Amino acid sequence: MSEGVYVTGIGLLAPNGAGLEQHWAATLAGRSGIATLSRFDVSRYPVRLAGQVDDFDAARHLPSRLLPQTDISTQLALVAADWALADAQIDEGFFADYDTGVVTSNATGGFEFTHREFRKLWTRGAAAVSVYESFAWFYAVNTGQISIRNRFRGPSSALVAEQAGGLDAIGHARRTIRRGTPMVVTGGVDSALDPWGWVAQIASGRLSTATDAHRAYRPFDVDACGYVPGEGGAILVLETASAAAARGARQVYGEIAGYATTFDPPPGSPRPPGLRRAAESALADAGLTPDQVDVVFADASGVPELDRAEAAAISGLFGPFAVPVTAPKALTGRMYSGGGPVDVADALLSIRDGVIPPTPGTAEVPEDYRIDLVRGVPRHREVTTALVLARGRWGFNSAVVVRAVPGPRTPAPRRPQQQQERT
Amino acid sequence: MNRRVVITGIGVRTPGANGTKEFLDLLTAGRTATRRISFFDPSAYRSRVAGEVDFAPEHEGLSPLEVRRMDRAAQLAVVCAREAVTDSGLQFEEFDPTRVGVSLGSAVASATSLEQEYLVLSDSGRNWLVDHTNLSPHMFDYLVPSAMPAEVAWTVGAEGPVTMVSNGCTSGIDSVGHGCQLIREGSADVVLAGASDTPITPIVVACFDAIKATTPNNDDPEHASRPFDRTRTGFVLAEGAAVFVLEEHERAKRRGARVYAEISGYATRCNAYHMTGLKTDGRELAEAVTVALDEARIDPTAIDYINAHGSGTKQNDRHETAAYKRSLGEHARRTPISSIKSMVGHSLGAIGSIEIAACALAMVNDVVPPTANLRVPDPECDLDYVPLTARQKRLDSVLTVGSGFGGFQSAMVLHRAGGAR
Repeated sequence: MSEGVYVTGIGLLAPNGAGLEQHWAATLAGRSGIATLSRFDVSRYPVRLAGQVDDFDAARHLPSRLLPQTDISTQLALVAADWALADAQIDEGFFADYDTGVVTSNATGGFEFTHREFRKLWTRGAAAVSVYESFAWFYAVNTGQISIRNRFRGPSSALVAEQAGGLDAIGHARRTIRRGTPMVVTGGVDSALDPWGWVAQIASGRLSTATDAHRAYRPFDVDACGYVPGEGGAILVLETASAAAARGARQVYGEIAGYATTFDPPPGSPRPPGLRRAAESALADAGLTPDQVDVVFADASGVPELDRAEAAAISGLFGPFAVPVTAPKALTGRMYSGGGPVDVADALLSIRDGVIPPTPGTAEVPEDYRIDLVRGVPRHREVTTALVLARGRWGFNSAVVVRAVPGPRTPAPRRPQQQQERT
Repeated sequence: MNRRVVITGIGVRTPGANGTKEFLDLLTAGRTATRRISFFDPSAYRSRVAGEVDFAPEHEGLSPLEVRRMDRAAQLAVVCAREAVTDSGLQFEEFDPTRVGVSLGSAVASATSLEQEYLVLSDSGRNWLVDHTNLSPHMFDYLVPSAMPAEVAWTVGAEGPVTMVSNGCTSGIDSVGHGCQLIREGSADVVLAGASDTPITPIVVACFDAIKATTPNNDDPEHASRPFDRTRTGFVLAEGAAVFVLEEHERAKRRGARVYAEISGYATRCNAYHMTGLKTDGRELAEAVTVALDEARIDPTAIDYINAHGSGTKQNDRHETAAYKRSLGEHARRTPISSIKSMVGHSLGAIGSIEIAACALAMVNDVVPPTANLRVPDPECDLDYVPLTARQKRLDSVLTVGSGFGGFQSAMVLHRAGGAR
């Protein structure tokens, strides 16, 4: 039996809160971060609503030399990592060299940055292209920059699986810990809210064209009409139970108890989709049965046929209306690689505070979905185990099980997140 | 549980070689396949040479729809995947698809298609507010590169773990290392693992121009890639792909599969130093080598050949030389080391997989590929880099390494098929 892998620190920046506690308070209160995209004149485009991280000034948090070499997605990732490490109170020197790794997921790379460089190349010529373009764009940028900033030299990686990738990063971080690296920083952060990134997302055909910010992204609703994209994500500190104990970690949010990923059969195949199998395998990996799950954080695409498929997977596995299901991402938009890690953070806070955040905006769920969607107000109940689901376009399905740590739980005070600056 | 991983199928497309036979011929002959860039007019760029693949997708079994839908990197990956499957003799229709995974690497993924779409949408760069009315239905597939492993998964009907490993220039080792972990831990029995990159497009050429990482030696394209040579002036950008059928050893044995090699050790570390710079001491790469050897349970002296990263930048060649001395000690001086980038250039995320293919073929044929174009030794690189000419040598255990932007340092050990361990 492998040693437990614990979450001991969280750094989070989401459209409805830059900071874990700010985001959590907004999530419980139903405050949305979705609004008209304001970074450029969006009026000419058929989709105008996005989840933006607005109250964030990278220059306040990062050394000035990092700013010209990084995209906003990397700035958000670096700050999320800083906050996660501060939250975990990892003292420099506690872990030996090579005992700390970084595994992140990324869906779009430094896209706004690279858009500017494409424009420079084609309007001003090759000599105008930034010396930073070669490493500000690629999908490993957040892993590399977090490694360098924090001097983490252990096994590290970057994975891409669209919205499922953030859970894959957490799963791979757990694998890396089990293979002998006691601490791994993991998660995902994405942003592609420049005009080119925006139209590329429109090309997905899944964005909501609604203009009412409160009604645009209503997963599982009878009137679901697509999703609103967002930016941001979360970085988590994962470590072995024994490392957490040895350094007297001030809190353990919970355990990454199970993980699995599957892929759907090719388009047109009569075989069933893989989401349910991912959930079953993650529960089996955690040594749990469906009746032990207290809440499911759904992928909640907002595209009717995908909502229907997910509802079928959940009601098929747990039974009709047998488990509370929620999708607080309706307040942030879908954050691609950031979505899964933010859901995992929310699931851990549900465990901490004994409350399930609602799916705002969704009013009426089709009866034949047969799911108990938490709507309107938070539902107070003890939460010990949560299942988090994420699907990536083209057929990726990932599932993570988080669980309260056995034994007496560290009382975690409700407090504003420490945003310790270390520039 | 001690599950071992073997390579039972290989598909490869490199500059100058389509398929394993042509690739082995090129490696054995020490023939270079770098040339002046033909994909676009490179006159405005500092580095104008590259390793291009002569690849006609419509003659490679891809349907017109697939050609329209996929970026060139995905096309190469899918063609290599199909070739690897055929090569392996595996009958996928008789196989439980939930036990088949995909682990595909790429550094810049759909860069070529992104640039083509950008020029249309932005009116050749004129408009910051790009035009959505001219949007390709595949633009999102290019924005998010996990469309590539999805294409590979569809080609064999894989329903197990599927992912893209995008660790810059070590992607091609790390994706195969990731695939091995999936088999070892029992998440899959078969994994299509490999990598593909097609970066020969203006934006990528320009971004390496900007940091002078690629060679300005444009007058003699065939001899432009000169790893470990004192006259080297940077790497030669290239494209290519290699995909493997990785299989759990017992399973492969039961079906009587031909085994190219066993992958017996893999490790990756970060230098946490600089996004593009390397320290001269090679410390983290040496650590990756040491850990990979430990995982393979062999002594450094068992290594018969090192397939070097050998990019042909001064900082790499010295960093790497230091890493071998540090990890292998005196044995580093007795071990033949070569860089096939001298022949096929540096295809970023793909090259790690292409080099694993080279190692597997080298072992099967007991031949050490040379470092082409190595005529003027660098006194600071004082190991045996096998200049110009291939050597016959029995190869039981070989080491291949990669080093890349972001600080990634990776090492993999391959072992002769059926050899004692």
